[in-house]
Amino acid sequence: MLSKDIQEKFIAIVGKDNFECSNMERAAYSFDSSPLQPVLPAAVVAPRNTAEVSEIVKLCNKHLIPIVSRGSGTNLAGGTRPTEDAIVLIFRNMNSVVELDEENLTITVQPGVITSDIHTIVEAKGLFYPPDPSSMKMSMIGGNIVENAGGLRGLKYGVTGDYVMGLEVVLPNGEIIKTGGKLAKDVAGYNLTQLMVGSEGTLGVVTEAILKLIPKPETKKTMIALFPDLNSAAQTVSDIIANKIIPVTLEFLDKATLKVVEDYAKVGLPTDCEALLLIEQDGPASIVERDINKIAEICKAANAMDIKIAANDQEADKLATARRSALSALARLAPTTLLEDATVPRSEIANMVRAINEVAAKYNVQICTFGHAGDGNLHPTCPTDIRNKEEYHRAESAFAELFEVAVKLGGTITGEHGVGIMKQSFLHLKVGHAGIEAMKAIKLALDPNNIMNPGKIFDVTKTEVSV
Amino acid sequence: MNQNEVTLIRERFREKMNSDQLQNCMRCGYCLPHCPTFIISGGKETSSPRGRIALMRAVANGELEPDAEFEKIINECLGCLACESVCPSGVKYMELLEDARDIICQTRQYSAPVKLARKVIFKGLFKKQKNMDLFIGALNIYQKSGLRFIARNTGIMKLFPSSLVATEKVLPEVGSYKAIKNRPVRLPAEGEKLAKVGFFKGCLMDTMFITENNKTLKLLQKAGCEIEIPGGQACCAAIHGHSGEKDDAKDMAKLNIVAFENMDVDYIITNAGGCGAYLMEYDILFQHDPQWHDRAKKFVSKIKDISKILVELKFHERFKLKLPNQVMTYQDSCHLRNVMKTFNEPRELLKSIEGVTYVEQKNAHTCCGSAGTYSILHADVSMQILDAKMKNVLDTKATTIVTANPGCLLQMRVGIEREGLAKEMNKNGIKHMLSPIFLISSPHLLVRVCNLTILFV
Ligand SMILES: Cc1cc2nc3c(=O)[nH]c(=O)nc-3n(C[C@H](O)[C@H](O)[C@H](O)COP(=O)(O)OP(=O)(O)OC[C@H]3O[C@@H](n4cnc5c(N)ncnc54)[C@H](O)[C@@H]3O)c2cc1C
Ligand code: SF4
Ligand code: SF4
Repeated sequence: MLSKDIQEKFIAIVGKDNFECSNMERAAYSFDSSPLQPVLPAAVVAPRNTAEVSEIVKLCNKHLIPIVSRGSGTNLAGGTRPTEDAIVLIFRNMNSVVELDEENLTITVQPGVITSDIHTIVEAKGLFYPPDPSSMKMSMIGGNIVENAGGLRGLKYGVTGDYVMGLEVVLPNGEIIKTGGKLAKDVAGYNLTQLMVGSEGTLGVVTEAILKLIPKPETKKTMIALFPDLNSAAQTVSDIIANKIIPVTLEFLDKATLKVVEDYAKVGLPTDCEALLLIEQDGPASIVERDINKIAEICKAANAMDIKIAANDQEADKLATARRSALSALARLAPTTLLEDATVPRSEIANMVRAINEVAAKYNVQICTFGHAGDGNLHPTCPTDIRNKEEYHRAESAFAELFEVAVKLGGTITGEHGVGIMKQSFLHLKVGHAGIEAMKAIKLALDPNNIMNPGKIFDVTKTEVSV
Repeated sequence: MNQNEVTLIRERFREKMNSDQLQNCMRCGYCLPHCPTFIISGGKETSSPRGRIALMRAVANGELEPDAEFEKIINECLGCLACESVCPSGVKYMELLEDARDIICQTRQYSAPVKLARKVIFKGLFKKQKNMDLFIGALNIYQKSGLRFIARNTGIMKLFPSSLVATEKVLPEVGSYKAIKNRPVRLPAEGEKLAKVGFFKGCLMDTMFITENNKTLKLLQKAGCEIEIPGGQACCAAIHGHSGEKDDAKDMAKLNIVAFENMDVDYIITNAGGCGAYLMEYDILFQHDPQWHDRAKKFVSKIKDISKILVELKFHERFKLKLPNQVMTYQDSCHLRNVMKTFNEPRELLKSIEGVTYVEQKNAHTCCGSAGTYSILHADVSMQILDAKMKNVLDTKATTIVTANPGCLLQMRVGIEREGLAKEMNKNGIKHMLSPIFLISSPHLLVRVCNLTILFV
């Protein structure tokens, strides 16, 4: 609990309407979308501007109060779950679009802007902000930036970090810095912008961001291809890319996932195939037409049972929206949903899919798989029950093995959801102990008191040992 | 809340709340942008479905002590179920909410006036149709006798919360007690008989909104339905279920199940979204009662909204419907939409009327803030939601708003009053053209069209 004195100090900064420490308010910010047990923070603080953020951070740094920044709390790795002594910093008062610059093709936003609102605003002007995580209707841009969120359009257009041109950040000592800018080129020192991207809230608080926009593609076409087995679907993914076609979207759903998604979304997805690919291409009409035809040929050659092309944009949107619901829809199957986002080089997708099934059989757990196959980023998901200790443990062991497989295939333990708390013990598999030490050095240099989202990604207070 | 109540609520949460449902919420946040109270609060998690579920779960797990703030957070939910209808995980939010409210209400030792008010409303008025009839009869006298004039013009109404005052103004002119009583129990189909249906009367619908009910019946007859109106029906009990009086709700549900049980009908027709939706959830109400569960399931399988059967029977294609030229918009009844999944049919009916330009309002699907007793108990939030809604309505330039539930209808009328439009319209002498709100499910509107059709064919 915070002392009365400290509470007064917070209130003096943000006003009493923006400081909450009742049990209910604390409980409402005690979790994220991961299955981890909630922890009530000490207080919830809602700053109104960058200057207030800076003052809050200074106060916290002085009194060694941890800060957990929070967007919409859709983190899947536990990175947004607070600790008892922490304050949760929320951005409900910092949710404005600062500027849409049509000359430089940028949009400047505060961290609390909802991702899909950015899409709506820029698309009305014929512009395009490609990153579209499945959580885009609820996630905030601040959360997207520090998680470097990916999305369905990642294959062709890249991830959030590729669109972050500049940031305003409050450092752990309370200093406000501006990194990057509306610049096509900028080599003035270290690239602090990209250091903040994917930092999971451990290096500072993002208070403003300049995002890159591109012209909106003229047309798009969406298709689905159904396959009689997982292998041919996975192989098709590699074949399409090997044929030098980069679709916007190349998503994979297995039968179990299809079934729950159709149960929920009722968009007429077939459930009598073993795997489905959702494929989208955009650009000038003639090129889209050519690519879609070519992709259809590749699918057929790879044993596709059926291919359907969406009749219009509404139908296409319905399919994409249904796909975005996959994770939550899988939560229908069991009380707890454990999911991972191991990522492998695209050429290894078929091997990864095979490995997932072998591991599922070995540990006797159900694993449903869907994901951004074109990015090599799959989401094997295990419906389980955290209250059933034995089964939950088997699921965890299965995932531990999957991480190893992914890294062996040249992949990573997390492609987009972050390390948070849940993947800490596997981080060394990917970056090595020396790699973790290097990251810690950066962390301690910027945040010597370890107040920014402490205990996330790694624990600075513990030394890494090579075993 | 005293310590004894805290302990009891906690224990009862642990015993009675459906822990699978609580656990089922994976906290993805999909529901957040759809929740009216979350939006109005400016994005506070304590006003969101995910937040409410998390708090219920924490209390049930013994991690959080329930307090007055907890009660307030649970009560500030509209129960509109926008969250449940978009939840990909299929969390049964309504069940959680009703159980939570039931536990809280049954445990709390309310102050004497609150207790009395609850007793009068839940046990006296809505549980006994006769009392409701008498009350409505009294309202009729109040409206007709000039008492209303006195009440309105002496300022006595100023003593009541503003939303209630507004509601009093917008109440329809009710029928007399006698008119309510005189109605046959069986009505033949007009023309070829296409279906045989039972008609669920509803307590408010058959008193305050008796005109609408009568017109619904006429419409059904015209559409080719033979109608049975069994006696022994009770209030649907939605108001009890939503307000934490679950035992009363079950008593009434049993009466309704029995009333229709041995009747050979294809459907049981309702014309108020709120009632229909609650009737449709009787099977959940009795899920732990093997004796009644199957009977409830059978009952539930027959429930259908009038707009749906009209469309299914192609009423709008077989009859030429016509109205004076006007722009219309539709306000979904949350429960008709989110529980009964009926939202295309009312729109289809409206669009089929010659002379009507149908304009969809922005966010027609979101709650209007009426939500049963909510508009009275949480007037501030309710009015904020309503004001936002009225903006969208006005943007359509509609002169007629159509809705499908008595609560929504009254609330939209309050909206018109608040916007100062009602007076304006009276002044211009075009009251009935500009302001009336029709219940699509009991449309004087369609009946009038019907009459016109008969006149012109
Ligand atoms: C159903 C579902 C689908 C998802 N789909 C995808 C997907 O397709 N692709 C993908 O990449 N991810 C996905 N995610 C994960 C998650 O949505 C993303 O990581 C998202 O970027 C988190 O945004 P948020 O606003 O919820 O952030 P939060 O969860 O609130 O925060 C995320 C992290 O950012 C930090 N943070 C938040 N705001 C700031 C700030 N202003 N300054 C500094 N640190 C901050 C927090 O401390 C935390 O560490 C999904 C999650 C769910 C529940
Ligand atoms: S209620 Fe459903 S939509 Fe809302 S957070 Fe829980 S699982 Fe997600
Ligand atoms: S029922 Fe309506 S008001 Fe209540 S939590 Fe769900 S969406 Fe929000």
